[in-house]
Amino acid sequence: MNYLENRKYVIQAIFLVVGVVYALRLFYIQVVDSSYKQAAETNAIKTVIQYPFRGLIYDRNGQLLVQNTPVYDLMIVPKEARNIDTLRLANMLEIPLEDARERFKKARAYSWVKPSIFMQMLTTQDFAHIQDNLIDFPGFYINARTARGYPHKSLGHALGYIAEISPKQLEDTAYHGYRPGDYIGKAGIEMEYEKYLMGRRGVKYKMVNVRGIDKGSFKDGAYDTLSIAGQNLVSTIDLDLQAYGEYLMDGAKGSVVAIEPATGEILAYISAPFYDPNLFTGKDYGKNYMSLLQDPDKTMFNRPIMADQNPPGSIFKLTQALIALEEGVIDPNTRYACNKSLVNCHPHPSPLDLRGAVQHSCNPWFFQAYRALLNQGKSKNTFTDTSLGLKDWREQVLTFGFGQKLGIDIPGEKKGVVASTDLYDRVYGKNRWKYSTIYSLSIGQGELGVTPLQMANFMATIANKGYYVTPHLIRSIGENGKPLQENQERHYTSVKPHHYEPIIEGMAEVVRAGTARRANLEKVGIVVCGKTGTAQNPQGPDHAVFVAFAPMENPKIAIAVYVEHGKWGGQSAAPIAGLMIEQYLTDTVTMKAQEKWVLSREYLNIKSK
Amino acid sequence: MPVEQRVLGGKIVQPSSRRTSHSVLGNLDWVTVLIYFVLVALGWMNIYAVVYSPDNVVNIFSFDINSGKQLLWIGTGVILMIVLLVVDYKVYEHLAYPIYGAIILLLLFTLAVANPVAGSRSWLDLGGGIRLQPAELAKFATALAISKFLSQVSLRQQKMKDQMVLAAITFLPAVIIILQNETGSALVFGAFILAFFREGMSPLILIIGGTAAAIFILTLLIPKLYLLIGIAAVMGLAMFLDYRLMRRFKTMIALFVLVVGMVFSVDYFVNDILQPHQQNRIKALINPEADPLGYGWNVTQSKIAIGSGGFWGKGFLEGTQTKFDFVPEQSTDFIFCTIGEEHGWVGSTILIGLFMLLLLRIVHIAERQKSVFGRTYGYCVVSVIFFHFVINVGMTIGLAPVVGIPLPFFSYGGSSLWSFTILLFILLAIDANRNRELVR
Repeated sequence: MNYLENRKYVIQAIFLVVGVVYALRLFYIQVVDSSYKQAAETNAIKTVIQYPFRGLIYDRNGQLLVQNTPVYDLMIVPKEARNIDTLRLANMLEIPLEDARERFKKARAYSWVKPSIFMQMLTTQDFAHIQDNLIDFPGFYINARTARGYPHKSLGHALGYIAEISPKQLEDTAYHGYRPGDYIGKAGIEMEYEKYLMGRRGVKYKMVNVRGIDKGSFKDGAYDTLSIAGQNLVSTIDLDLQAYGEYLMDGAKGSVVAIEPATGEILAYISAPFYDPNLFTGKDYGKNYMSLLQDPDKTMFNRPIMADQNPPGSIFKLTQALIALEEGVIDPNTRYACNKSLVNCHPHPSPLDLRGAVQHSCNPWFFQAYRALLNQGKSKNTFTDTSLGLKDWREQVLTFGFGQKLGIDIPGEKKGVVASTDLYDRVYGKNRWKYSTIYSLSIGQGELGVTPLQMANFMATIANKGYYVTPHLIRSIGENGKPLQENQERHYTSVKPHHYEPIIEGMAEVVRAGTARRANLEKVGIVVCGKTGTAQNPQGPDHAVFVAFAPMENPKIAIAVYVEHGKWGGQSAAPIAGLMIEQYLTDTVTMKAQEKWVLSREYLNIKSK
Repeated sequence: MPVEQRVLGGKIVQPSSRRTSHSVLGNLDWVTVLIYFVLVALGWMNIYAVVYSPDNVVNIFSFDINSGKQLLWIGTGVILMIVLLVVDYKVYEHLAYPIYGAIILLLLFTLAVANPVAGSRSWLDLGGGIRLQPAELAKFATALAISKFLSQVSLRQQKMKDQMVLAAITFLPAVIIILQNETGSALVFGAFILAFFREGMSPLILIIGGTAAAIFILTLLIPKLYLLIGIAAVMGLAMFLDYRLMRRFKTMIALFVLVVGMVFSVDYFVNDILQPHQQNRIKALINPEADPLGYGWNVTQSKIAIGSGGFWGKGFLEGTQTKFDFVPEQSTDFIFCTIGEEHGWVGSTILIGLFMLLLLRIVHIAERQKSVFGRTYGYCVVSVIFFHFVINVGMTIGLAPVVGIPLPFFSYGGSSLWSFTILLFILLAIDANRNRELVR
């Protein structure tokens, strides 16, 4: 039996011999013989990414806002790029020699065998020139893809832009599936609607031989995936109105937001100074971006949704009156004297009822109305009473969309500020402040901050007599798509519809015979309801505000115009609003004198009081 | 065996070492279990590496891809092994023949009803997208039957009739499997020869078999004339060196004639009898470069993939050659390429080392069995695993013909994983209970 047991050594020996032979054979194949490595390099499949067409964006009338234009990236595979005449390459690409060397270094650092971008976004002309000479530069090839193009140069701040995905985003799991070099929406609609616009990347596998010559698709394309174009978007923007608004605002600073009240659709969205979005598509993107970012006028500051530090001024008197009506502390016939000892005012008839107070924007009237609103005698202590009143008031103000993000479909929106008891308790101490401390709220100054979007939305709310629909820039996904559900919701204010009537009547008077006669469109049969305002600016001339909606019956457009350093809303902002309303409602502009006045920018030179 | 006794707290207690513990877990050979799980886990990661594409990253656990499905097989495999360990170990010996009979019937049934899948009629559709390959189950059933038979007769003293029975037990399933057109799986049954050898089969058979195989391969490698001159020269030299052979001159001539006959019949066999795809597999082994895009494709591509791995490999998921079935059957039969490419010589050698460890450990386990049944079964297990390892790794590095059999515990596929799990864990179940077995 024993000698049979010894056979286990024979069997174990067989195992070990095979193991050693295999290990040696592997050592030969993997370490000694380099021919397999070369074969692997040359006999490889090349991955060709099929970039999908990014979705297009149209305006509400079907005009193209954003399109795709072909651009060409010069790609490099460092391993194959041997014996390159770097100087000639640099000359061909019209870049300094040092730059070319730097790019080589970068490509090599990324990967020796994988392709990377040597120079991106060549124009069609560059491409033609380079393509002819490329034969002398092995390891280089052209990758065609599309970049964004903006045929109308408008709406930059709302559209946003796309750019190469950042290393930080690549690490973020939210951007799962993106690869280095991919383009992604970085701001505005491009960012917010990325998932619709992006489409899906396709991949083609091609076999290439030693010389990189295409040997056809791998396995007849069994593993290829087709790229799927992104979905097109239909914007709510009226391009004609937008372009005309930009024409009027050119050279000024400020914002214009126009909304269709019934739907919350944004008709125009202007942040001035504005920029040509095409600046962000070419190879000079980085340079252009930096110069815009650093410019003193803060071009990149998306004013309509971000400028929330400025008080709304007199337009806020409308809010105060509405809440006071709802609370029953005033009625349309309540009269207050224009008592300039309370707060300063300008000359006008006195005493006035509600409509008149709105028309003439009487400061003491609103001082007294707001005092009645805050000090309703709910507590004997005047401090507590004010505090209770303010708390109540604030809750109602919030229902108008102030002090909170409205939820516009582009990123970066600011909340704005609405004074709160907490704020005053912190500043003055609990029970250390009363109405006389905070009375400037009554005329829209003080601890209030409202974005131009919120102002326009406020006008839409009044036009709707008590509700607003979340303002939005995209109407539907796809040309025939339905409106997005999340943009349909109505937000009701705390104030009942009938209280809006006297306010609206007062606003009509403002335009007809009040502070905003420059927005008057009676000549073309349109009754505009509006309100001027001035936002006090400690750093320089005051900012001018004008908000309006029109026509008075069945309103079609609500608008907010904010002109920085425009001093008086009636002088600078009102004519812009009037012209835009006329443009939108009649498709023509007849008030040439107003247009001339606006374009002359003379309102910026009027001496402050 | 002297039993150690200790006095503890006034009571006489049995030393509670693992050796004498009565629990199956306590006696389980954890070394083997550990190697098993290491191989399965590494296999799983490499299955993911095969389907991984940086352009379309899918989670390793996703059931859309093989790695996710394999996880399901692994999980059910664990349940299977628990069942195998819990069942009374005596069942395997007592029911060896019924199990074998049942599997033979299942093989025949499959042959009768199976729909051909890629020319093979070995898959049994169980419905719900689940398919079973009974040929895989035949391995452990045959191993049980062989062990049972050999535990009853000694191979050395057996009569001609016993030898015929043993051959029949071994090759009956193989024949059916060949009829199912799964020649690769059928070849595995030849591996049991190692177990026979251990149980007393004449070594001559092993030597003659080895020589025949060598001549077979050389016939294909070297032109016939040179080969025969070479063989004649070797034989002449041998006779010159050993006068005893000279005296058997006639025998030597007869032997040479036999070799000549074999060389020609191999040539005839390969070129005229074998089916084209089988011819191609053999040709691919001999000279893959002759038609790199045709029959040499697999071998060429797999060697390129492995060769490009270098010493350290390209790194996990960094392989470029082992994606998208560039090497066909990447996650099943050619999974070794992925190791070779992504983990280089170091990784390949570690894997080979792991298999060596497993094989030697099983031999160790087999040798410590007190019953002939247990020992023979152990050797059957090690033979099957060894054969799979030799062929599977050998074909990827051009040392064995391309035979479509998986790398044990490593390749993708439920049937294969289950089959090897059953094979191995029956042995571990028997081993865990070996102390209950009386020495014969």
